[in-house]
Amino acid sequence: MKTFNYHLVKDIKEAKKISSAHSTFLAGGMTTIPSMKLGLGTYKDVIDIKGIKKLSGIKSSGKILKIGSTTTHAEVAKSKEVKKSIPSLAALAEGIGDPQVRNRGTIGGSIANNDPAADYPSACIALNASINTSNNRKIDAESFFKGMFETTLKKGEIIESIDFEIPQKSNYQKLPNPASRYAVVGVYVAKYKNGTNVGVTGAKPCVYNDKNLGKALSKSFSSSAIDNVNVSASGMNSDIHASAYYRANMVKVFAKKAVETC
Amino acid sequence: MASLVGSRVERKEDKRFLTGKGRYTADINIANQTYAAFVRSPHARAKIKKIDTSKALKASGVVDILTGEHIAKDKIGGLIAGWAIRSEDGSEMKCPANPPLAKDNVNFVGDPIAVVFAETLDEAKAAATLVNVEYKVLKAVTSLSDTMKSEAIHEGIDKNLCYDWLLGDRQKVKEAFDKADKIIKLDITNNRLIPNAMEPRACVIDYNTASEEITCYTTSQNPHLSRLIMSAFGGVTPENKLRVVAPDVGGGFGSKINLYNEEIVCSWASKKIERPIKWVAERTESFLTDTHGRDHITHAELAVTNDGKFLGFKNETIANLGAYARVFGTVTPTYLFGPCATGVYIMPAAYSNVKAVYTNTAPVDAYRGAGRPEATYTIERIVDKAAIELGIDPIEIRMKNFPTEFPFKQTLVHQVDSGDYVAGLNKAKEMADYDGFADRKKESESKGKLRGIGVTTYFEACGIAPSPVVMMLGCGVGLWESAEVRFNPTGQVTVYTGSHSHGQSHQTTFAQIAADELGVPIENIDIVHGDTDKGTFGMGTYGSRSLAVGGVAIVNACKKIVAKGKKIAAKMLEASVDDVEFKEGEFVVAKSNKKKTIGEVAFASYLPGVRDEVKSPLPEGEEPGLIESSFFDPANFSFPAGSHICEVEIDPDTGEVKLDKYTAVDDFGTIVNPLIVEGQVHGGLAQGIGQALYENAQYDESGQLITASYMDYTMPRADNLPNFDIGYTCTKATTNPLGVKGCGEAGTIAATPTVMNAVINALGGQEISLPATAEKVWKACKEMKKSNSEAA
Ligand SMILES: Cc1cc2nc3c(=O)[nH]c(=O)nc-3n(C[C@H](O)[C@H](O)[C@H](O)COP(=O)(O)OP(=O)(O)OC[C@H]3O[C@@H](n4cnc5c(N)ncnc54)[C@H](O)[C@@H]3O)c2cc1C
Repeated sequence: MKTFNYHLVKDIKEAKKISSAHSTFLAGGMTTIPSMKLGLGTYKDVIDIKGIKKLSGIKSSGKILKIGSTTTHAEVAKSKEVKKSIPSLAALAEGIGDPQVRNRGTIGGSIANNDPAADYPSACIALNASINTSNNRKIDAESFFKGMFETTLKKGEIIESIDFEIPQKSNYQKLPNPASRYAVVGVYVAKYKNGTNVGVTGAKPCVYNDKNLGKALSKSFSSSAIDNVNVSASGMNSDIHASAYYRANMVKVFAKKAVETC
Repeated sequence: MASLVGSRVERKEDKRFLTGKGRYTADINIANQTYAAFVRSPHARAKIKKIDTSKALKASGVVDILTGEHIAKDKIGGLIAGWAIRSEDGSEMKCPANPPLAKDNVNFVGDPIAVVFAETLDEAKAAATLVNVEYKVLKAVTSLSDTMKSEAIHEGIDKNLCYDWLLGDRQKVKEAFDKADKIIKLDITNNRLIPNAMEPRACVIDYNTASEEITCYTTSQNPHLSRLIMSAFGGVTPENKLRVVAPDVGGGFGSKINLYNEEIVCSWASKKIERPIKWVAERTESFLTDTHGRDHITHAELAVTNDGKFLGFKNETIANLGAYARVFGTVTPTYLFGPCATGVYIMPAAYSNVKAVYTNTAPVDAYRGAGRPEATYTIERIVDKAAIELGIDPIEIRMKNFPTEFPFKQTLVHQVDSGDYVAGLNKAKEMADYDGFADRKKESESKGKLRGIGVTTYFEACGIAPSPVVMMLGCGVGLWESAEVRFNPTGQVTVYTGSHSHGQSHQTTFAQIAADELGVPIENIDIVHGDTDKGTFGMGTYGSRSLAVGGVAIVNACKKIVAKGKKIAAKMLEASVDDVEFKEGEFVVAKSNKKKTIGEVAFASYLPGVRDEVKSPLPEGEEPGLIESSFFDPANFSFPAGSHICEVEIDPDTGEVKLDKYTAVDDFGTIVNPLIVEGQVHGGLAQGIGQALYENAQYDESGQLITASYMDYTMPRADNLPNFDIGYTCTKATTNPLGVKGCGEAGTIAATPTVMNAVINALGGQEISLPATAEKVWKACKEMKKSNSEAA
């Protein structure tokens, strides 16, 4: 790892001031530090935002569950607030990586990184999430996740919190990659009064909203409702762990599992 | 004092390992040390056109940069194969030169080319990126099945063939096959594995400019052997000027048997630059350059009668050696594989034919079980296939072909001294509730799941000795083991062993043996290993040999101590030697009931006199001191055996396999410490299960390792494994006084076929290749559904 300046900042203003083309934000470090060790990312300044108090915490207010960006996976997993309002989100957090990763990794880091196999992005899509940033933007999930490891965040823009719309019912099911435990395919189903959303991760280069599955489930919320929906393998990822064909099939299988366990 | 052999003595090692106080090679720092970073080939096969170090030499902190040119100029020798194997046609095997730093050609991704020494690790790594190597990239040979048709990667090694070896009798096999009712055929791939020791390889070298002695701290399973090779073949420095120390070593599994490029290079360079050197592998370097394991493709055939008797067996195997032949690389797919390929069965005729080939991949060598897992996988899978094709229960077909009389002359090489395979399988069957499987299967089916049961019976040849036999078969050294037992004047005992512990808990097991032999409390016994300056010599630890060979050397040295002690005690007690008995740490004269403790005798042996009188406790001609050593070379290999049964549950919608139940019944002969043996069995099972369900090293066509991190290489984890039900039967080994057989590799050997037999059973007998990953199993489930609905 190359040497760098480490800054533990107290507020957003300070973070923004140091931020440059040669800096990175550091939250849990579970993605950033391995990539720095491998020489994939080299920075002059590493700005640790874990010290910014207002970025952490969980609040629910009737319709919305608000989670601060530096809240760790472990905190989400064991939060009474989350378990009460969106239990499937707590379960998702409990299924990320291993205890060490859950104790360090944060929701903001996961979303900002937008790994194609990460779990949280599917929740953002299915739960009509908005991403609140330091540029006073409120970005809806579908436009936030732009492509593989790509989001609409601008340089120096910090995610402050994520607002999830509390559903009537929801569930997340994933086929974990046996090696990394990331999602080979992960399907988040959330049922609202006016329809059902299906967020799919792992299957394509970027998380997506499966509108066909969503439409079928909006009509009838039962696993048999999607029996005849076609999930195409075209555009799906193919790697040593799973072919595109298998992934396409698993999207349906895990969507059904999610509906059945809702 | 009750006997310690057989009791669950808690590990002496626990305190230090469980509190993070182990002292590994990377924990060692020497004042004024430099840090090494290796420049490695990014290509699987290339010619080196030019190496330009000028820019790197000017980089900050750089002390020196050495290349293959320097190595060649100093006439430093390369890495070697430890066993010479002959082909069926009588010709000797062909091995390429393997210089510690490649000079002209690179042959796998990770092959080292140059080394940078710098004041800090960061500086060394930064400078390594500035070494400019010009390559002419050549087409890599990576597909095992096509290797012999591909261009030769080493000059003069036609068809990339190291040897074409035969064990057995083709004519007899043909005759047996002619008589068969049925021939069962099976094509299998034994997937490549990466050993993944928790501690990456490392070395710290300290060259003493005054004594001209090199001390090499390294992650080795056999420091004496490393010293021998580094001196005799590397020509780094004479053996008496080289000390090799393997302190705490965090797992080896075979991958740390070899002396590697880095140790030779750093030892040689430390003398050259007159500075200490530290090198610690990064995990990626471990993935790329530790020796890998397995990697065979095999066609096997079994000739049977309609009622399930075996008449003959043959297997044609291509074994991947990787880019170069290493220490156990050439013997693993031959003498460690071929003889065991007929399994625990009476097999009237058999042969194993193995073609070992070179490819542009990391060298392949012994990996836990070494050859015996591949053999057991072959025979146990084909026996199951025979059971399916003949409609015989898998337990019944095995029982039908077991030998019941011992010693049992196994078909190809071994004379198995003892065993009771029938008792082992019966016990496993009972413990696993084999008869209750049908009910559990129904229950699984009611949840929409498939359930399968798998059986394996195995034997293995351990100890990898006697020396005259292994040397006759081509081994370059004798594989005896030595021990030295030293009584200190004040009564504690230090035992030096040539075995090496890197997870095997020798400090406890060996102390138990010595405590029983000498009647000294176990707390007063220390086991010392891993340092060529301490103790006699040693051949190291692999092949489940430490207790059966090294442990016995300790027993024999203890017996010599007692014999000498008896003579001294007799003089002290004024009795005749014949009247002195040694019992539980005391020399007793039965008639007079006079006694001396062994501690008193030891004290007297070192302080042989009294005040005011010229009087020695030592008999005439006896030397002072109480130190004895022994070299033990057993009369035969040892033959652990066992029966394993497991059950899997499969989700046909996803293909995920859950291992639900696992029963292992092993015969390790005498068990010295059941707690430690259980640990060995558990670890072995995890690795065998890993091969069956998870682990798979994969190269792409260009020779890039695409599973070079834990994101892609799947290790088995605790939550993948069920509780293991472990039981034993015991028939003592007759070829050593302890009656022990070895237990380190058994789990790995048996688990892979056991799990695969269960998966295939769940899939209605459909073949599936290793490892049984979700997608493959899912596809097989779909096939099964299709053929079921067609049948209906
Ligand atoms: C072994 C292992 C297993 C894992 N398994 C899983 C898994 O199963 N599922 C899964 O989803 N993930 C998994 N992860 C990833 C894990 O969830 C990470 O925590 C996550 O990807 C990044 O979060 P972090 O807080 O560590 O971010 P960091 O590594 O600190 O940062 C990641 C990136 O996000 C940026 N960033 C961080 N916070 C903010 C913010 N508030 N605003 C703007 N930018 C920000 C950083 O600048 C950086 O570019 C795993 C990681 C590891 C190491």
